[in-house]
Amino acid sequence: MKLVESKIMSSHIFTHLDALESESIHIMREVAAECKNPALLFSGGKDSIVMLRLAEKAFRPAKFPFPLVHIDTGHNFPEVIAFRDKRAAELGERLIVRSLEDSIKKGTVVLKSETQSRNVFQSVTLLETIAEFGFDACMGGARRDEEKARAKERIFSFRDEFGQWDPKNQRPELWDIYNTRVHPGENIRVFPISNWTEMDIWQYIEREKLEIPCIYFAHEREVIRRNGQLAPVSHLVQPQPGEKVERVTVRFRTVGDITCTCPVESHAGNAHEIIAETATSRITERGATRMDDQTSDASMELRKKEGYF
Amino acid sequence: MNNATQLLRFITAGSVDDGKSTLIGRLLHDSKSIFEDQLSAISRTSEKRGMAAVDFSLLTDGLQAEREQGITIDVAYRYFATPKRKFIIADTPGHEQYTRNMVTAASTANLAVILVDARKGVLTQTRRHTYLASLVGIPHIVLAVNKMDMVDYSEAIYNEICEEYLEFAAQLGLYNITCIPLSALQGDMLVDRGDNLGWYQGTTLMDLLENITIDYDVNTTDFRYPVQWVCRPQTGEFHDFRAYMGRIEAGEVAVGDEITVLPGGRTSRVKEIVTYDGNLQTAYAPQSIAITLADEIDISRGDMFVKSDTMPTVAKEFEAMLCWLSESPLGMNRKYIIKHTTRMVKCVFARLDYRVDVNTLAQHETASLNMNDIARVAMKVQSPLVFDPYRRDRASGSFIVIDEATNNTVAAGMVL
Repeated sequence: MKLVESKIMSSHIFTHLDALESESIHIMREVAAECKNPALLFSGGKDSIVMLRLAEKAFRPAKFPFPLVHIDTGHNFPEVIAFRDKRAAELGERLIVRSLEDSIKKGTVVLKSETQSRNVFQSVTLLETIAEFGFDACMGGARRDEEKARAKERIFSFRDEFGQWDPKNQRPELWDIYNTRVHPGENIRVFPISNWTEMDIWQYIEREKLEIPCIYFAHEREVIRRNGQLAPVSHLVQPQPGEKVERVTVRFRTVGDITCTCPVESHAGNAHEIIAETATSRITERGATRMDDQTSDASMELRKKEGYF
Repeated sequence: MNNATQLLRFITAGSVDDGKSTLIGRLLHDSKSIFEDQLSAISRTSEKRGMAAVDFSLLTDGLQAEREQGITIDVAYRYFATPKRKFIIADTPGHEQYTRNMVTAASTANLAVILVDARKGVLTQTRRHTYLASLVGIPHIVLAVNKMDMVDYSEAIYNEICEEYLEFAAQLGLYNITCIPLSALQGDMLVDRGDNLGWYQGTTLMDLLENITIDYDVNTTDFRYPVQWVCRPQTGEFHDFRAYMGRIEAGEVAVGDEITVLPGGRTSRVKEIVTYDGNLQTAYAPQSIAITLADEIDISRGDMFVKSDTMPTVAKEFEAMLCWLSESPLGMNRKYIIKHTTRMVKCVFARLDYRVDVNTLAQHETASLNMNDIARVAMKVQSPLVFDPYRRDRASGSFIVIDEATNNTVAAGMVL
């Protein structure tokens, strides 16, 4: 291996990204060492792409001591799914994909309509996947700055046998000594990038020169203006009477279910330009982009109680 | 903002009446960290509840579970950044379970802002907050004398409060304290100096948060490296590769250094410091790295690498200050589990010396411990731990106690 100057030696500062990175690596290694059968949730979105780089830093030159898992709603952006498969193959790591369609076929998920948002039902398939493989810990790329329910969740978030989060019955978490103990059937969700913000993610993507799906960068897309957001036109989202389809230059700040994820107007074509935009943005990441969080003050909290990550 | 900013974690201690939410709200607002959609959501709610001004506490106190049950979840984390630093605030709302919540939030903090109301001065709760800050060893303490606007910005009142406070703090061995007069409501001395405190020559709160030196908050002298994970790829070019992965909790290490592996006591030399970004010559706390050694020794998770010139204690018995966190009281005859660095061992309580009244600091005899109790205890563990006094090194002096039956974390401990 090549010999390089320590980052600290060269700059004399352990930067906030260094601090966050080291904390996340420490968390992932604790999971690997103490949990019997962990998994890392990888969707192909930017936060989980950062998670994969952190896992490389934590475990290379060995393979990851856990598989990657994706719960596919069937409503994902095709660019993101393609990226997911490409990245997993590049890393040579095992990718387990379980799809909401399977839960629908089994009858454990019943949809009202084909175009209904499937985001909330991910929890069902996730819990089925956890049971199928017997995972006792699932690492996810959720961040505390995303949403106020997440701001109050522990890094090691204990879930009962129904996968439920009980906000008022959380284990105290002191220093960085994590309690990973669970009874059989229970499991822990672990959020190694809890303390990262949207800005940190973009700065890290730039610093590490991470490849991300193209829809994160400015591109022209057909959209409908709906409730102050830009709904992307797709086979699932079509204009209703009175609505007009426009071609707008946009980028996605988050990439979730295609029926409830909206892009923002932007001309940012690389991570550097996105950082500049993020610095001046006056709307939160989810506020600008997620229709499902707007339905009530407690949407995320309610979903988490149902087993959502 | 650039990439070369440092991270500072702090807590604010004080009740809602001291203007804590207003202070946090203003720091977030004035550093442009509250977004329009958040502001409009809390404005709507404030209006709905008939409040005259926007209630910034709604930013954190908003869970449905909290509203329905009139409780507050212990710790919420808030994030903001300025061009100089990134900040994490561990916010502990409410009065209930204050000890437990503050100890939890304080455990990762570089700095505590202790708020007093200028009209009321140093109160019992101020003393309690300060005692807890000293117990958990927060490196920097700021006394924020808030609501100066309510006492006509009186220098005399401010000086009186500071004097009383510093005298009390000195009793706890706290000398590194900065006092700042401010008005969170009016914005004086928070981010801007304002026009009302001309007699005050010191720093604003934001200035202090941005510039205070935190490089020495970790122990930089005693190398402590608990092994987290042994990396053995066993493939191709790495067939014989064996690295010990972990995070440097204190001090520094260089290639060629002689190290001792505790508790066993075998020694070897550092062959390589391996990272994904290339090998290093030297590494420092709190970097996460991997170390290969010159000799083949049997090493596993829970072992600690140290240098022979600064040896920690290796023992099966020790004394500690303990904060009981659980609703179920301590069972003196029961076995518990301690997690200390990367080691998990069974333990029993050998002795309960006394319980501290956090309001008066008086010591009381006690037969058990209940939630929020702080006590001095003696503990015995099944196999040796490698530790330092908490005062010397936070990472190798701290531990948690886990109830074997429920798997809950029931106590936090600091080795004396």
